[in-house]
Amino acid sequence: MLNISQLHKSYPIGDSSLHVLKGIDLSVEDGEMVAIMGSSGSGKSTLLNIIGMLDEADSGDYILDGLQIKDLTEKKAAVYRNKFLGFIFQSFNLINYKNALENVALPLYYQGMKRKERQELAMFHLEKVGLTDWAEHLPNELSGGQKQRVAIARALAANPKLLLADEPTGALDTTTSYEIMEFIQQLNDEGKTILMVTHEEDIANMCKRIVRLRDGVIMEDKKIEQVRAGHHV
Amino acid sequence: MFDLDLWREIFQSINKNRTRSLLSGFTVAFAILLFTILFGIANGLNNTFKEAFADDATNSIFIRSGRTTKAHKGLQAGRLIQFENDDLDYIKKDFDDKIEFITARIYLNVNATFRNEQNSYSVRAVHPDHQYLERTLMKEGRYINQNDLINKTKVIVIGRLVAEDLFIKTDPLGKYINLNGIQYKVVGIFEDDGNDNEERLIYMSVTTAQQVYGKNDYIDQINLTYKPEMNFDQAISFGNDLTKKLKERFSVANTDQRAIRLFNMANQTKGVNQMTTVLGVVILIIGMGTLIAGIVGISNIMIFIVKERTKEIGIRKALGAKPRSIVSIILIESIIVTAISGYVGLLIGVGVLEWIGPSLKQYFITNPSVSRSLVISATITLIAAGTLAGYLPAKRASRIKPIVALRND
Repeated sequence: MLNISQLHKSYPIGDSSLHVLKGIDLSVEDGEMVAIMGSSGSGKSTLLNIIGMLDEADSGDYILDGLQIKDLTEKKAAVYRNKFLGFIFQSFNLINYKNALENVALPLYYQGMKRKERQELAMFHLEKVGLTDWAEHLPNELSGGQKQRVAIARALAANPKLLLADEPTGALDTTTSYEIMEFIQQLNDEGKTILMVTHEEDIANMCKRIVRLRDGVIMEDKKIEQVRAGHHV
Repeated sequence: MFDLDLWREIFQSINKNRTRSLLSGFTVAFAILLFTILFGIANGLNNTFKEAFADDATNSIFIRSGRTTKAHKGLQAGRLIQFENDDLDYIKKDFDDKIEFITARIYLNVNATFRNEQNSYSVRAVHPDHQYLERTLMKEGRYINQNDLINKTKVIVIGRLVAEDLFIKTDPLGKYINLNGIQYKVVGIFEDDGNDNEERLIYMSVTTAQQVYGKNDYIDQINLTYKPEMNFDQAISFGNDLTKKLKERFSVANTDQRAIRLFNMANQTKGVNQMTTVLGVVILIIGMGTLIAGIVGISNIMIFIVKERTKEIGIRKALGAKPRSIVSIILIESIIVTAISGYVGLLIGVGVLEWIGPSLKQYFITNPSVSRSLVISATITLIAAGTLAGYLPAKRASRIKPIVALRND
């Protein structure tokens, strides 16, 4: 599914530059659920952003689903993001003047799907996250957990191969966090590959594999026994 | 291709972000409002000038005579100079290559009667050329012609108001009017753009008037127009030339200002033309300035809008929006807002001009209005400006890295 080797990335800070990723090697198989952990500044979000084609690496190879991701034009990157990737953000990143249904339908709009089809499919995904009754509501009328579920429905709408989550529970209380995690585990059970950045141990333990980063290098990469979120609720 | 979904996206964005849309719309509407009003007022000033000189041909020269004020060549001061037919023929022959139209004028006052209606009017006895000199418009019938001149026919052409006064409901054409005891046949009715007084005049042939009322060759005034292809300087020197020749002919001192009086419109028209040109330039600068201020305003707002929408752009890009779609969303929104608010500004401006227009007459502003072509070109300029003002920030926005845009809180 995903193959990364010798990935480097640095950001300019004033006159000097900050070396964030110092040669990352990582490969992820289909159906895995991986937590990327590390303290802040360890480079975990940068790694996720590069995988999500939201940012570019300085050097190294990145192969996604057999495709070399390098020197993409904006247009091509847009097509790949739409086709391969679904994003879940800590701050939800819903468009505030669009209602839940329209937010979920947006990636389908960028696929060029017809309006009617789009709305049916978006409704189907909203139903999957249990928000059928909230379809016409604007994001600011929803709770944090509901917003994140809309975001998950939106990430799923285009049926991506890989789901990327950047601190998906970072802005939620524990109970809601576990609900969201339970839902993400369900998606993984259905066969979705999931990559998640978190700094919370209990959330990481709900994945199947933990990759620990420190100062831009992988310190530890181990498979674990998954803790089902359902037991906590 | 017409993309309904794209338009839906844009209208949703305009509609859901009303403050933003209204703010940018207001700037544009205000700029166009000012532009329209300024241009309208400027046009009004121009109209006033035009109207003041619309009555007569702008290339006219009038020549009158009076008493001499200086003794010259053994002749005493106080001698009355009287033009005759020969003098007109002399001018005509001597300056044939420079004269377009030429006519004599004899002024008479008559008492006109038709059936029970009676009134007194001024009569001008003229040559057929007078019609072109005075820009007389025929409403019905014909003007005095060459045949009337040769045969001294007793026919007259009456002004529209004369016809209304005397004939009330009868059709005047072919009827006979009694002028001081002599019957004249009405052969034409004329209108005049100049003013109402002009339409209370009666025209007859100069030869008829000389035979019937004076039994002489006297002429009160000579009016002529110089060839329109002559420029102001040529026209002015022609006028001076003419004055000099006439003074020689009547043995009048060169310095005598009263005996031969020549009034050349070129002298005035030159001044007026310079004035309107300067006015036009000033107006153009003010108009362009207003428009540029509007363009700067809309550019600033576009930059602000892009800044405000940066996060949204990031989200859209993360979901698979191509750069082109980002550019078109921002750009088309800018064009729509500009076009609609520009149009609103125009409507308000035109409305204000119509409303205050009549009360501005006392400030030398006549009928302030903007022409259709100006309205259209201003709108197009505006849309073009809106496009340009929107394009650069939109282009920049489409190039922002999604991660940078998403971090923007």
